[in-house]
Amino acid sequence: MSKLLEVRGLTKRFGGVTAVSDISYDVGAGEIVAVIGPNGAGKTTLFNMISCFLSPTNGEVYFKGNKLTGQKIPQLAHLGISRTFQNLQIFHNLTVLENVMMGAHVKLKTNVVNAAFRLPRILKDERIAYDLALDAIHLVGLEELMFEQAGQLSYGLQKQLEFARAIVYKPDLIMLDEPMAGLNDYETNRMADYIKKLKSEGSSFLFVEHKMATVMELADRIIVLDFGKKIAEGTPDEIQQNAKVIAAYLGEEVV
Amino acid sequence: MSKLEKILYGNRLKPILFLVGLILILPLVVKSPYIFTILILIGIYSIVSLGLCLLIGYAGQISLGHAAFFGIGAYTSGVLTTSFELSPWIALTIGMVTTFFIAYIIGIPILKLKGHFLALATLGINIIFYILILGLNQLTGGAAGLIGIPSLSLFGVPLTDKLFFYFFVWTAAVLVLLLSLNIVRSHVGRVLRSIHDSEIATETLGVKVENYKVAIFALSAAFASLAGSMYAHYITFVAPPTFYITKSILFLIMVMVGGASSVWGAILGTTVIMFLNEIIRFVGHTYFGISGEVEIVVYGLIIILIMMFLPKGLIHVISKPIQKLKPKKKVSVKAHKDMISQKGV
Amino acid sequence: MELLMQYIVTGLTVGSIYALLAIGFVTIYNITGILNFAQGEFAMIGALTCITFANAGLPISASIILAILISATIGLIVERTAIRHARNTTVIILIIITIGVSTFLKGMGLIIWGTNPKQLAPLIKMEPIHFMGAVINPQSIFIFIVLLILLAVLYVFFEKTYIGSALRACEKNPRAAKLMGINTSTMSALAFTLAAALGAIAGILITPITDATYEMGFLIGVKGFVGMVIGGMHSIPGAVAGALIVGLLETFSGGFISTFYSDAITFLVLILVLFFKPNGIFARASGERV
Repeated sequence: MSKLLEVRGLTKRFGGVTAVSDISYDVGAGEIVAVIGPNGAGKTTLFNMISCFLSPTNGEVYFKGNKLTGQKIPQLAHLGISRTFQNLQIFHNLTVLENVMMGAHVKLKTNVVNAAFRLPRILKDERIAYDLALDAIHLVGLEELMFEQAGQLSYGLQKQLEFARAIVYKPDLIMLDEPMAGLNDYETNRMADYIKKLKSEGSSFLFVEHKMATVMELADRIIVLDFGKKIAEGTPDEIQQNAKVIAAYLGEEVV
Repeated sequence: MSKLEKILYGNRLKPILFLVGLILILPLVVKSPYIFTILILIGIYSIVSLGLCLLIGYAGQISLGHAAFFGIGAYTSGVLTTSFELSPWIALTIGMVTTFFIAYIIGIPILKLKGHFLALATLGINIIFYILILGLNQLTGGAAGLIGIPSLSLFGVPLTDKLFFYFFVWTAAVLVLLLSLNIVRSHVGRVLRSIHDSEIATETLGVKVENYKVAIFALSAAFASLAGSMYAHYITFVAPPTFYITKSILFLIMVMVGGASSVWGAILGTTVIMFLNEIIRFVGHTYFGISGEVEIVVYGLIIILIMMFLPKGLIHVISKPIQKLKPKKKVSVKAHKDMISQKGV
Repeated sequence: MELLMQYIVTGLTVGSIYALLAIGFVTIYNITGILNFAQGEFAMIGALTCITFANAGLPISASIILAILISATIGLIVERTAIRHARNTTVIILIIITIGVSTFLKGMGLIIWGTNPKQLAPLIKMEPIHFMGAVINPQSIFIFIVLLILLAVLYVFFEKTYIGSALRACEKNPRAAKLMGINTSTMSALAFTLAAALGAIAGILITPITDATYEMGFLIGVKGFVGMVIGGMHSIPGAVAGALIVGLLETFSGGFISTFYSDAITFLVLILVLFFKPNGIFARASGERV
């Protein structure tokens, strides 16, 4: 049985520096996999390689059995992969509603030509987008702010917005780059609830995160990176007791 | 217009009816042929501004070379109707199609550039075009230009009469406006504005950003070409200085002064600048005795002030109070979902 | 062979003018991130102001110095008014503001000096020199010497003085510079003033060779810009090299192909450079963090 996402021997060298070295792991359907590691471990580089923002020096990624490496970024959404960004890339000048409606793009057939001439397809697409968007907005509880400009929202709400936009079309794999960064406890728990809800509906998650409590609570499996190499992989319990992991984070053996 | 469209974008009919009404009423009020010429030119230049507005305000790109596309239309029409005696309508269409393709092909590599580099590249295109029309003087008349371009005629009626041409130009302008509104008030409009805010995120959502940028670039070029053709048939004479960087900058100023993020801003900006142009020239020549393009001092000053203090353009001065007047929309998800599941909404 | 020599000399002369403008561009760009489309207008202001003073009877050296000072002051005023207020807006708005400044200054030039071209007597009254078969206008040598001297002065300024180092720090990392107590706002004003002065010098140097009009700024400014892009936007030597290349390109294509199309060729080269080596032809590949 092939997994949803297969990462095989991903390596990235920048000139003389090896940022990521020979990483392999899988993500199965309906699984939540977290990637953790100290700063500089190569998590974001790995993430960017999987989401086709960087081309690997070596190695490949497969999604639903097909080769993902080398695809252009727009292709990913059509395959069922979406992602969020560490530095938040919401559309500041669009309303909350418009931001989320953008997430429905892969489900629509609107283009410049049929839009210019206002063919019936356009209205149909607007309804589809609106319908899907309403569901996502309802999930994250942003109904009251639907017509507000996204740029005016607080940081925590913007993160929820980006999340909502990423899940609108119910992707198979959702990649989150530090989804909890900058959130307080309440907001963190809320985001965790959304992730759990979507998992129960069949989505898989791959995320990079620093907040250990959340990672331990949410993840089915955890991958630990240090200096670009995978030093451990396992369930939360296994990882918490892994000596190498403890050493990596604390720098030395803890007696 | 569907209820959904109204919720998302507001009423579309009111401003259109206002504009159409204005277009119909003005000939009754305005008797001076001089002012009529200005109104006609406003119509022609508005077509360019509309396209440029889509490119700059919505897609977030820039062009300092649109006079080149304006010129391709003008010269195609001029040359094909004089040297080759083609019908002006055919020449106009050929002009638009040619410009579209040229802009598309140039656009593919050029729109990979951003910001200053893109501005510089479009500048280069304008200069290359300018030099070409000066150089290929067998075809284009060189520095002396092309004269004797025939007027357009509709159903055998020559559109030399100012009134007829006025209605013709503004019908075209309103059609271009409607086309632009359609684009803007649809998913494509959202896509363009998303590209403006974050190309990366837009790509992640499955949008082939390059294609959209090039498409809008080519479309705006085609609009400029249409305007150029109409210009050629109206003035019946074209010469290179009209199509130099100064014109491109003028187009840019028209769009930014009016407000690039609004299609209505483009028309407003064009109108304001054209009238300002006449007023300043008059004052400058009559009271100060200065000849030449005096008005550029005011253009420069205005665009600086607007970019500093009113970057959203003059249209914002009008639209902001209108927004404040509208009641805040309350949304219940269930009610909305019921609404859109009904047919005909 | 003589022709070649002639082209080289002319090309380097013209290129030196562009180089002075390119240095101004690079300075402003690296310190403020802004591309100053009004750079060419400073040359126009310098040239016309100098001519006005000289024709009014002032000794030439006083006219030159006054012209440079006036241009530098205008550069400062532009920065303090238009630029400073808009520092934090988008790239496109900044581009448009400098275009607006350029248009405004050009218009003021028209109002003050009218449309008739103005002349200045050559600064060096010498017989033309014959060198390797080429006839060299002494003015050309003068221009080249001035460029070299300025480059030397700027080198000392940027590398050896505190202010120069502060300017360079602003270029590398404005935030860190601020934290080190460098006033980036002052640096920005300084950059514009310096660029305006250099532009004025360029304009003054060129007037004995060609006439000065209110329109002269645009094209030479843009060519200085092209030089900067070709040579690399991040270094003064690169920009100078690029500008000299533009000058040579112009002269050679003018000589061998046609003077008429030489500008078109220059811009074609610009576009090709933008496509293939946007960091300049001397740049090594640079990485980018996503």
